[in-house]
Amino acid sequence: MADTKYSWPTREEAQIIGSRRNRLDGMEKSTGAAKYTYDVNLKDQLIARALGSPHAHCTIASIDIKAAEQTPGVVHVEVLRKVGYEIKWQGDLIAVVAAESEAAAAEGVTNVKITYNEMDVFVQDAELELARKAGRTAPAGGKSVTQVEPGDDDDEDEFVEAEIQRLYDASPHKLEGYYGIDAITHCCLEPHGSTVQWKDGKLLAYLSTQNVSGTDEAFATDLDMTSDDVEVRCEYIGGGFGSKFAADYWGVAAARISKETGRPVKFMLSRDQELKNAGNRPSGYLKVRIGADNNGVVQVWDSQHWGTAGVRGGGISQSVIPYVIQPPNYRRKAIGIKTNNGQARAWRAPNHPQACAMTQTAIDDLARVMKKDAFDVFAANLGNVANGKGDVYLAEMKVAAEIIGWKDKYHLHGQGPSKGGVVEGMGLALHMWGGTANSSTCRLVIRSDGSVESSCGTQDLGTGTRTVCAMVLAETFGLDLDDVTVNIGSSKYPMSGASGGSTTVGAVSESHRRAAQDALQILFEKVAGQLSAKPEELVAVNGAIHVAGDKKRMISWKAACSRLGVQSIEVSASHKRGDASPLSNSGVCGVQMAEVAVDTETGVVKIKKFVAVQDQGLVISPKTCESQIYGAVIMGIAAALYEQRISDPATGAFVNAELSDYKLARLGDVGEIIVELYEPESERQRGVIGNGEPPAISPVAAVSNAICNALGVRVPVAPYTPQRVLEALQGRA
Amino acid sequence: MSNKRVVTATINEETAEFLCEPRQTLLEVLRDSLNLTGTKEGCSNGNCGACTVIMNGHAVVSCLVLGVEAEGAEIQTIEGVSCDGSLNEVQSAFLEGAALQCGICTPGFIMQTEALLAEKSNPTEDDIRFYLAGNLCRCTGYDKIVRAVMAAAEQRQVTTG
Repeated sequence: MADTKYSWPTREEAQIIGSRRNRLDGMEKSTGAAKYTYDVNLKDQLIARALGSPHAHCTIASIDIKAAEQTPGVVHVEVLRKVGYEIKWQGDLIAVVAAESEAAAAEGVTNVKITYNEMDVFVQDAELELARKAGRTAPAGGKSVTQVEPGDDDDEDEFVEAEIQRLYDASPHKLEGYYGIDAITHCCLEPHGSTVQWKDGKLLAYLSTQNVSGTDEAFATDLDMTSDDVEVRCEYIGGGFGSKFAADYWGVAAARISKETGRPVKFMLSRDQELKNAGNRPSGYLKVRIGADNNGVVQVWDSQHWGTAGVRGGGISQSVIPYVIQPPNYRRKAIGIKTNNGQARAWRAPNHPQACAMTQTAIDDLARVMKKDAFDVFAANLGNVANGKGDVYLAEMKVAAEIIGWKDKYHLHGQGPSKGGVVEGMGLALHMWGGTANSSTCRLVIRSDGSVESSCGTQDLGTGTRTVCAMVLAETFGLDLDDVTVNIGSSKYPMSGASGGSTTVGAVSESHRRAAQDALQILFEKVAGQLSAKPEELVAVNGAIHVAGDKKRMISWKAACSRLGVQSIEVSASHKRGDASPLSNSGVCGVQMAEVAVDTETGVVKIKKFVAVQDQGLVISPKTCESQIYGAVIMGIAAALYEQRISDPATGAFVNAELSDYKLARLGDVGEIIVELYEPESERQRGVIGNGEPPAISPVAAVSNAICNALGVRVPVAPYTPQRVLEALQGRA
Repeated sequence: MSNKRVVTATINEETAEFLCEPRQTLLEVLRDSLNLTGTKEGCSNGNCGACTVIMNGHAVVSCLVLGVEAEGAEIQTIEGVSCDGSLNEVQSAFLEGAALQCGICTPGFIMQTEALLAEKSNPTEDDIRFYLAGNLCRCTGYDKIVRAVMAAAEQRQVTTG
């Protein structure tokens, strides 16, 4: 269908797109019928449990599995790590026990006997000097940009040093600051895991994954088979947030046990194993000095930051420092620290939330020292935003300010009234993200009975992907959601990219719209003669095909399809990531504002109101789109106030790796949240852009700035716990 | 594997008889023995609320109840909430109000809401935020859950007069 002109209907033409439809899987989810990986029970399946290392850094001296194997109910013990292997974080899985029941597997795990040679640990990622002394640091890049460039004969480093110092000295307003954000975990409510069945040389893997089309190869390689003989399924998934792209070594281990025993195996990580092994977000700590002109426009930025992504070092990419607001002169330097923590995984908008929290707090502090309204200081810097979209930010800032009542409620930092020791404040933050549509293929069939069925190897993380696919198809064919069947969640369907980086809604919108327009074109050609019209004159609306502008020359959808006879229309259409398209785009902004109340006696912070204004091009499904933003904001509030991986400096133990101690926001902790989809025609015409990441970026910075506005002092490191708030008030932060 | 006991309980208004080891939790029995997997497993130590069921009129986290404790009990799980194959007021309110996303916490929230509404037919927003604070959600807006519970309470009052 090379001649098909792909496009979206206008706002006025659209019947389904942009309408507030319920999610398609709501019935299954609210009745308990939805089967997540954890819910899959296969006949004669074994339950697997694993032993994780109690030590954060050690080598394995000996492994004895005899008692485990002899435990009643235990069928198989799979050893994952050999004697001599160096364990680098607490919880790294060493052996898996498969048994007839969960209890038997758990008992078997206690009977695996391992001895260790313990080694020195280092987990103090916030302490740069300690890390240096421990030999745990490594340069992680940097960049310098100055408006005045060095001459040919200048030593570049010396020139930059002198120029940054000159600019700083010349600035009428200066600020030195320290900001940070601790590591947090993904903490998916459904832990990582799988139920797998190896049978007759083929593997069926129910895997809790964000990547059904891209995980079959890992199983195939380990089991010495081809990926054609592997099917990965994931109908429903209880959270991923960037941590579930791979089969993982525990998934492969389950498959190996299934092959060895000839029985299905269910292996889900326990809660503490999930938190220790299955994903965390790097920490970051930053020292900066900035110089600004009399309008609050930052002229020079000079920062060094450090942190950890775990055992391999790394940290927050220097490429996003300073964040969104990028002064004309800056120098940034990053240092990675290797710690004895599990390695980080992608977490909603990798690097951006931490970069936002570490740098836009400095912009707010600039407003504080200048005794200016933070809104005005942020607005003054919009001429220097990294994505060049200052006009969009300003428009969104105005919308957010109107909703939260910024003008009426805002006071200068620390200048608000105290009511019984409780002070209130407001803060804002800006973010940016790409959201390029991933590659995706949709296979579509229209049958003579009028049925429409699509297949696509994508997955729905709860984001509404299934619903979006159906809305695109229904819109294109002039049908309702009930009239189309959407199949996703299997690697046997045509390939679609992993769901990460806000790439999925663009991907499936592309492939499904293309396939639908191609198929409709074929159907139009079949019925055009009967309507005495050319195919290009026809439209499909409200369950019928008719001549544009002449509804009398029409044929019902079912009647049109009945002309297909035994020859169904079957098409396959693809979008390749990076290809220019009128259907999707990339590059979004976003503004968030927080209003908090801080108890200066207890240090407790409460969110009173939170406003998120988000652009994402064309919105296909407003309800699910809004849900993404609500969820992102709540995750952000949790990171701002509660979430924190706490490691014991002496042992390296992850001491709060249970939901009893790993604090997440609860229903009573979240105040009023208002989500505003920013979709003027200028944004709508850009096409579809994902929004899973962007709204998760700003909350920490917005909350931090609101706290600082309330107190008049900065609580430098997130989460802003009562203890840290009190320390800041006492000048000890 | 020995010492299994026969336990008889009423689950979703039907008599259920199952074999259970003394160490097995009600959650494990529901999910693995009776295949009632609508009750979810999130933490196994009573901190997430995903496994909430109603036992003898009270909401309990089934991971902290032993299977043998269910002897003679009346238990309602998420599978027993729908009426005649259609969603009840709470389920409908969660769906209409977009109060679910990945959905794995949803059964627990719905069961806890059922217990709340049985106790207080017209709860305030504070009541809801307090009563449902034991249920964790990692990806939805809690705010929408509060609105959904309020809508469900209102609708149930209309329905029941």
